[in-house]
Amino acid sequence: MNQEAILSEEFEISGGDFVNGGRASCLIKNILKEIGIDAEILRRVAIAAYEAEMNVVMYARRGIMKLVLTPKRIIIKVEDEGPGIHDIELAMQPGYSTATPEMREMGFGAGMGLPNIKKNSDKFNIESTVGKGTNLEIIINLNNKNV
Amino acid sequence: MKLSELKELLKAKELTNHISLNVEIRSVIASDLMSDVLHSGVPADLLLTGLANNQVVRTCDIAGIKAILFVRGKVPPGETIKLAEECTIPLLVCEHSMFEACGIIYSKGLKPLE
Repeated sequence: MNQEAILSEEFEISGGDFVNGGRASCLIKNILKEIGIDAEILRRVAIAAYEAEMNVVMYARRGIMKLVLTPKRIIIKVEDEGPGIHDIELAMQPGYSTATPEMREMGFGAGMGLPNIKKNSDKFNIESTVGKGTNLEIIINLNNKNV
Repeated sequence: MKLSELKELLKAKELTNHISLNVEIRSVIASDLMSDVLHSGVPADLLLTGLANNQVVRTCDIAGIKAILFVRGKVPPGETIKLAEECTIPLLVCEHSMFEACGIIYSKGLKPLE
């Protein structure tokens, strides 16, 4: 899967930092835009990365977001140290949320984050250990417009 | 309609400096829920919102929304205005409620998404 990476970058995400939350995703978007990634693909990557980043900001203590670009796909991996998810199937249901009033005041916590990540991914893997953290893998295929 | 015309129509004030209002606005989304904004398949040109924080600007940058209009006179903190200037996203504020602002814009022929 992880064949010859053209580009590989890592970004730190701080839990609870709503001021800087989203910065890593904006940087990823700008890096990929500069490379000349197709606008529609760029938007899907940016939205999936941002939803994942905001989940770390909202729920976890800290996290790492990795961007890997290969000739055929863009891979975003997000690994966090946090409470984990008790019931992934339930968390994937649109509208299901455990958000606090503070998160809702920021415009998030509508229960659309994980479903929206899945919607924008060609392949989406999620693993979580309660009390330890959550790992996401978001894969978005490049089309021939990018080659 | 140009954003500059929309500004006059709503008697809005410009919050960002040196960001052009010569932006064509064809479609509009109105929401305080950033998740809903991110859920749309194509980006609107303008977001109307009552939420005034950094995440509104980040959301528009990510989703490719060109401009933001805050309703009910809500002015975001200075850091949010600075972030918008970095992202080249013009910010406007008007005194109208969300309902009024949407009604005025809709009556001038601007359309929702899809």
